[in-house]
Amino acid sequence: MSRGAKAVLLHAALLAGLLALNWVLPDYHRGNLARVMVLAVYAMGYNLLFGYTGLLSLGHALFFAAGMYGLALPMHHLGLGLVPAFGAALLAGAACGLAVGLLALRTTGVAFMIVTLMFAQAGYLAILIAGAWTRGDEGFTIPAAARQVLGLDLTEPGVRYLAAWALFAAVLAILFRLVRHPAGRVLVAIRENEERARLLGYDTHAMKLLATVLSATVAAAGGAAHAALFGYAGASFAAVQYSILPLLWVLLGGAGTLVGPFVGTLFMFYLIDWAADVTPAYMLLAGLALILLTLFLPQGIMGLVRGRLRWLP
Amino acid sequence: MQFGPHLVLALIEGAVLSAVLALMASGLSLVFGVMRVVNVAHGEFFMLGAVTAWFVAAGTGGGPAIAFAAALVVAPLAVGTLAALADGLVLKRIAYDPERTIVATIGLLYILQQATLMTFGPAARPVEPPFNRRIALPWIGQTDEGWGLIWPWGLSVTTYKLFVIAAAVVVLVLLRRGLGRTRAGLLMRATQIDRETALAFGIPVGRVYALTFGLGAGLAALAGVLVVPLQQAHYLMGGDALLLSFITVIIGGLGSLGGTLAAAVLIGMSEGIISVFFSPTLAKIAATLLVAFVLVFRPQGLSGGPPR
Repeated sequence: MSRGAKAVLLHAALLAGLLALNWVLPDYHRGNLARVMVLAVYAMGYNLLFGYTGLLSLGHALFFAAGMYGLALPMHHLGLGLVPAFGAALLAGAACGLAVGLLALRTTGVAFMIVTLMFAQAGYLAILIAGAWTRGDEGFTIPAAARQVLGLDLTEPGVRYLAAWALFAAVLAILFRLVRHPAGRVLVAIRENEERARLLGYDTHAMKLLATVLSATVAAAGGAAHAALFGYAGASFAAVQYSILPLLWVLLGGAGTLVGPFVGTLFMFYLIDWAADVTPAYMLLAGLALILLTLFLPQGIMGLVRGRLRWLP
Repeated sequence: MQFGPHLVLALIEGAVLSAVLALMASGLSLVFGVMRVVNVAHGEFFMLGAVTAWFVAAGTGGGPAIAFAAALVVAPLAVGTLAALADGLVLKRIAYDPERTIVATIGLLYILQQATLMTFGPAARPVEPPFNRRIALPWIGQTDEGWGLIWPWGLSVTTYKLFVIAAAVVVLVLLRRGLGRTRAGLLMRATQIDRETALAFGIPVGRVYALTFGLGAGLAALAGVLVVPLQQAHYLMGGDALLLSFITVIIGGLGSLGGTLAAAVLIGMSEGIISVFFSPTLAKIAATLLVAFVLVFRPQGLSGGPPR
């Protein structure tokens, strides 16, 4: 079997397995896994920029929140339907990605990390200031009556799981196409050696901007889906912690691998879920994990697997 | 109160903040200058200084003055040692790679903050100042017999606030002389200028790095001890402190302590004035955007030397 066919088969099998779990899992874990898939979409968006293009952003919470509020605010205040609101969320994410990209991409390395961090922090504070519409830290819920799409009730656990799965599958498929497409190869070339990619004649700045906008849009899709499926938008999703988490998930799962973000999110979600029962200081685990990963496993779980299976995208 | 006395109060608050900020930012700037890494956990060392001061004050008898004096010695030493350990255990092993160091220090940030939450708890706790006399300040205004000195109600400064400013000045002068006149300072400057050559000349660069990281953290912890009688110790207090030190270091430009000090006075004063007259959240937005734009349009502010 060719390498390409093997990779397609593997990812199709993963999706089929996740789909089948809908009829196997008890409700509690079905809810958890739906959330993991939505957060994994966010992580996959992050991974496109960090893992494939080599740009470490510390401000993706801005894009996640842009999606979340891009969906929730028009629904709450303008009575927009779910589908157009989702479109608005994607637009909001892309616009934020474009604005941040145009400014932050003038810097590199450590300065890029700090600039993105500062923009995300400004966005978080702006959500707090606009408390009259966003209700700040407290946030607001989206009523169940509004969370209907094409006659399907997203508050029903089975439908919610399938909706999360559909989004996850769609994003995975799109990214699968992208990273094997010549454009995706250029991104990897930029990660490996930007100077050389430029000498080969590629407009690396335009490619990095494209990667930032795509990454922000995918992250916004995750944020919008989170609001639509779980019915809540709050400022805590825009805080620094939500910029650090996708970095942690992607590092753990394996940066620059397609399923890595999902593996990392799944693992960390259950680890933190378990730790939160034991102590309120559950972020301690996240901190430990970050240090241990940087020290001992910079390539992540799927990076380790790919060391054996070279054909994995 | 009229506008004038109000402004004087704001300036006093600003001067205290400048003093604390100058200590913290010097530590951050020193670490970046010598080691070329950004320490995101710097705010947590500040918080640990404040929390350690509370533990020392709670553990020592003999009145607030003795407890505070003990905290002034113990907290920077303890936090500095902890930081030097973290340097050896973590940063050294990733070879001070700039990006991986940021990720690792984010990890360190969460570990220190959450460990404090587990031991110290979520409550904010005060430490009594060693002395705290109010000194009323005069103002020129209209009295019964024409213009003269008046004593507006509320216009005052405490001896403790004056002490904080004086202490910061003394420590910063010592730091400057230490860097300029001692052997350890010479080794640090040599390492800062050219790590490879320093290594070739037999300078123990590894130990210089550990010392620098410890010294930087110690300065932050000292700032934490000085601040805790004015604002209580809390496990989340490192976040804002980190942001302000970042701003200071980035505006001041790296390399010279002088730039950092000038920026600390500028930022501290404007923060003091802004937070008295405007919404603090709006001031924070302006500050974060300022950092971002300085980095975007004047990247030499942070990078210092050529990009690596």
